Formats: sequence, C-alpha cells, structure tokens
Amino acid sequence: MSIRFENLKSKTKPLFIPFIMAGDPSPEITVELAILLQEEGADVLELGIPYSDPLADGPVIQESAKRAKGMTIEKAMQLVKEMRKRGLEIPVLIFTYFNPFLQLGRETFFHLAEENDVDGLLIPDLPFEESESLRQRCTEEQISYISLVAPTTSPERLYQIAQESQGFLYCVSSLGVTGERKDFHPETKRLLREAKSFTDLPVALGFGISSRQQFVEVGKVCDGVIIGSSIIRKVHQLYTECPDSWDVAFRAYLSSLTKEEASVN
Amino acid sequence: MQTTYPDLKGRFGQFGGRYVPETLMFALEELEEAFNLAMEDEDFLEELDHELTHYSGRPTPLTYAENSTKRFGGARIYLKREDLNHTGAHKINNAIGQVLLAKRMGKSKVVAETGAGQHGVAVATACARYGLSCKVFMGEEDVERQSLNVFRMKLLGAEVISVQSGSKTLKDATNEAIRYWAGAVQDTFYCIGSVVGPHPYPYIVRNLQRIIGVETKQQHHTLEEKLPDRIVACVGGGSNAMGMFHPFLEDKVDLIGVEAGGHGIETGEHAASITTGSIGVLHGAMTFLNQDLNGQIIEPYSISAGLDYPGVGPEHAFLSDSKRVIYKTITDDEAVEALIILSEEEGILPAIESAHALAQAFKEAAEMEQNQSIVVCLSGRGDKDVGTIMKVMEGSQ
Repeated sequence: MSIRFENLKSKTKPLFIPFIMAGDPSPEITVELAILLQEEGADVLELGIPYSDPLADGPVIQESAKRAKGMTIEKAMQLVKEMRKRGLEIPVLIFTYFNPFLQLGRETFFHLAEENDVDGLLIPDLPFEESESLRQRCTEEQISYISLVAPTTSPERLYQIAQESQGFLYCVSSLGVTGERKDFHPETKRLLREAKSFTDLPVALGFGISSRQQFVEVGKVCDGVIIGSSIIRKVHQLYTECPDSWDVAFRAYLSSLTKEEASVN
Repeated sequence: MQTTYPDLKGRFGQFGGRYVPETLMFALEELEEAFNLAMEDEDFLEELDHELTHYSGRPTPLTYAENSTKRFGGARIYLKREDLNHTGAHKINNAIGQVLLAKRMGKSKVVAETGAGQHGVAVATACARYGLSCKVFMGEEDVERQSLNVFRMKLLGAEVISVQSGSKTLKDATNEAIRYWAGAVQDTFYCIGSVVGPHPYPYIVRNLQRIIGVETKQQHHTLEEKLPDRIVACVGGGSNAMGMFHPFLEDKVDLIGVEAGGHGIETGEHAASITTGSIGVLHGAMTFLNQDLNGQIIEPYSISAGLDYPGVGPEHAFLSDSKRVIYKTITDDEAVEALIILSEEEGILPAIESAHALAQAFKEAAEMEQNQSIVVCLSGRGDKDVGTIMKVMEGSQ
C-alpha cells in the first residue's frame, strides 16, 4: 500500500472519495478540478479513463466518457503528474475497464504509475477470480488494488474479497449501473456491516449517492462515500453555462453536499 | 482434445472467461449451475426435444443442391436447412432452450439484445409460448433499419427498447441489455443470442446449437455413407458455426468459418475480427476484437446486420488459434452474388449472413473432387433481406 493510502487511517470519517473522468470537460480542467476537490476536502481521487463500452456505468458517466474521447491511461497519468506539481497530496487511483488496461500492458502501467505517483487501481470488470496475479503484483509495487463487493455478493465471497482487499473496500450500494438514485438496495446495510467485520481497511460506499441527506446517512454506517455521477453532471452543467467561473458555483455545491456547517436544512 | 473445453474457469485455452462487474457474478454462477443440472434432467431434455420437434419443426432437412453442384462442377454441395426452422433461422434453437431454462429457474422476465432482430424475434416467440415477459434491447439505428422485425416483436408481446447509447447498434444493445440485467438480476434472465459474453454463455449457446451438427452428421451419413469432407458456416458472434462445427471437431473434416469482409479487408470497413483483430475483452469474454491501440472498440461494418459484431465467440478464437478451424472472409458483393445464385439455381432465398458461407462454399466446391462433399450451414432465410438486396441491385444497374 502506498504511504498516501496509509495516511487515510488518521483522517476524519467519512472519507470523501470523488470520481472524475480524465479529459472531461478538458485535460486542463481535470487538473484544476482535482486540486479544487482536494481543497474542498476530498480524501482520495478516483480518476476515470474513458472507454467505448463502459458496462458498469449509467448515462451520466457514459456521456462523460464520450466527451473525454481520446484520453488514454498514459495521458491520464501525465495529468496526475501535473496535479502533483500543483500540490495534490491525496491518493489517486486509476479507474479503468479491463480492455484499455490490457492493451496498455501491465509492465507499462506499473512503470507509469511509479513515474507519475499513482497510488491505486480499480478495474470494475475484472472480478476477484480473474485478478489474483494482478493483485499480487500490485502489492509488490505498493499500488492498492481496489476490490468491489455488491449486494449480490454472498457472505463467503465477501469474506474472501475483504481479506484480500487493499486501500479501501468499495461497496456497491445498488444493483445495476452507476448514477444518482433515491434508494439503496435493502441488503446494503447488511453488506456494510459484514464488510466492516471482515477488514480493518476503510469500507466505502458508492453508486447512487447524490444528496446531502444520503451523504450523512451513509457516513454514519461506513468509512467513506464515493460520489461520481452527480459531480460529473454538475461540473459539466456549470462549465457549459459559465466556463470562466464554474469553479465558484461548484465549490458551493460541494460544500452543500459534504460539509456539516453548510447544511442549512 | 478439442471438445473438452471450456475448463472450470470458462476458458477455451486463453480465451473466454468471465469479465463482468461483481454484481453479475452470482447470477452467472447461478446460471451455470442451473444449466448443468437441466442438462442432466431427463424431463427437461424431453421437453426441449419435444418443443424443437413439434414447435420449431426439427430436424431440419439436409438438401442436396444439385443445380449448384453442376454449376460449380466439383464437390457435391449440401445445405443444412436452418432456414426452415420456426421464425426462419437457427436462432430459435437457442431461444427455446434458454427461455425454458429461465422458466425452470423461476425467473419471470427475460431480456435480450438484438441486432437485425432475428434473435429478438426468436426470444419474443419463445417468451410468448412459455408465458414470460420479454424486453428486447435494440440499437436506435437498427430499430430504424429493421422496422418490420420491431413490429414482429411487438406483435409477439415483447417490449422493444431503442438504445441511444454509444454507436446505437448491436454492440451497444448488448451493453444496455447487460446493464439492465445487472439492475434486475434477481428476477430476470438474460438470454444472449450468440456464443459470446461471459462464461457460461458461450458454452450454453454452443450446446443448444449443437443439434445442427448432430443432425447433419446423421443425415449426411444416410445420404453419402461417410462424413462430409468440408463444412462451411458464417461467423458473426458465431453461434450457427459453433453448433455446426462442434460435433465434428474430433473428426477428419475440414471446417471453415466465414467472416464478413464488408467492403473489403483493405478498406477497414468489415467485421472480420478473427482475420484482422487482436486479443482483448468485450462483453465479458477474452477474444479477438476490432479495436484501436488504446483498447477502444472499433465499430464494425457489414451488409449483414447478423455478422456486424466487433468481436467473436471465444471458442472460435480458440479454434482459430489452434488451427482446427480455418477462417476466411467474404465481401458484401460476393455474398450478394451467392444469394442470387442460390435463389436462381435452387429456389432458396438465403439470409445474407448465410450467403457469406455459401459464397465461400461455392469457391471451395469448384476446387474439390466430384466424389467429395461439402456442407453449408444455411443458417437463415432471406425474406428479411429483400429490401437490402433490392437496393443493391437497383444501385448496380
């Protein structure tokens, strides 16, 4: 595990883990957005790589991937380097579907990850059974391989995955794809409770979280909250409306989502 | 041994496997177990056999194409008549099997993807007969191009969902069906249309289509008292070819798969993923894909909507790698020409997909001896293609 992930242990919970798409709305804004998110309290950054066939993603992230077309793992790693130069200190994990990773090649990935200070890797379509040797290699390279568990994961399987998890354990709140939702799957609480009993790592919940109320509720029962679609939707909307001052409005939005004092209601 | 695959991890050599989000893992394990149990259950097998015989009209004949044989002057040409199945193609073999399995598993809803609409129609048909609800995902472009099949599905009681994402064709319809399934996985069965997708799908679909090859072997033996020398089938995802080839894998028979060459391999506009593709992962399986250097999938092209898929079933990738099956390509023009020849010579209008196999078979037959025989899998009938062929013929005048 990288030292940046180690540092999470001492952070106030719940951890705020935003997901953004590298290259959307542009590579430059991606770097700015990362810095802004850190300033507004992000504890880990999930950096998505656009893919032509994102099976686990709903419409918001699909559209984002389309806008970011042309971005690659290699180019995204260069963005991470730029983010580090500009003062980004939180752990960054690369979120990519398996095929782009496969075509880049394992050796190149680890070489680039070291060169550009990347801390983690998440491949949503590479299940536990197929990831064994990659997980081992990640351990050797001090890269956290982030594993996912879902409401449909059996307790036996959850135990196995939790035992082998690195960085933090990613719990999926709902069946189906990423995107904003009102309700979580009824098994979610059971999933979080069991996950926490199986690992000492932070247990984070993702898929469907978009409101202050959800953020607070989820924060009570787990160690981290992952927010993707609603951030991407908001940045896209604000940037399209006002490319020069999107960041001011976006900061206000983030505060209303993640910060106690800003919550008026 | 070529027939012992897939292994326990769902692999055909290095191909296949199960590359899906965690949400779907339990459903695939459940499906694998249910299918294996069903295949050992005599009541289930009897019901399946009964339906294939009395509902779909199996066995389909093996027709001697006498005029075509004379025309090309070489091997005796036989046609395995999957076009004579209920709904007009081999797709129903798989649809009946999977929908019966869904019912046996207690699932009340079925989802499917479709390109041209042949698989969608077959699934809608089976769902109507066995009383399950049916949702079919179809790319927006295909919905427009294949409006008759869309209407057929609706008539059969299915809901057709027009897919707006990605390139709005079969690849995206498949993505969307899988996404929907991931969200509804507890009461919904995903009925995939070809030997593609994550394990156990390539294995299930191949086994449900094997009947094509099993019948062919018997029928050819009755007619010729030997095995055929060569067998040709078209390959998009590759279900008719896998069903035809599998029972012959251990025999001394040349097997030839035919991919869609579109406007010609050199133009880049084709769907020949084995011939020109590289290894990658799409829709849950490792196989040959048309993709760029960064692993983004390239949209294929073919005159035939049924062959218009950027990947290929993992077992085909394996059989190509091990050289047990030889894969060739046939262009749009060659396929259209073969379709016209068969219509004129034999009074059979083949599907434009099957016409790719025919075009290759005609070339092969001409170079073979008169005492040899060649079988073509005539996977479907061409009524659905009349509009397309009409446009091509008008355009060339």
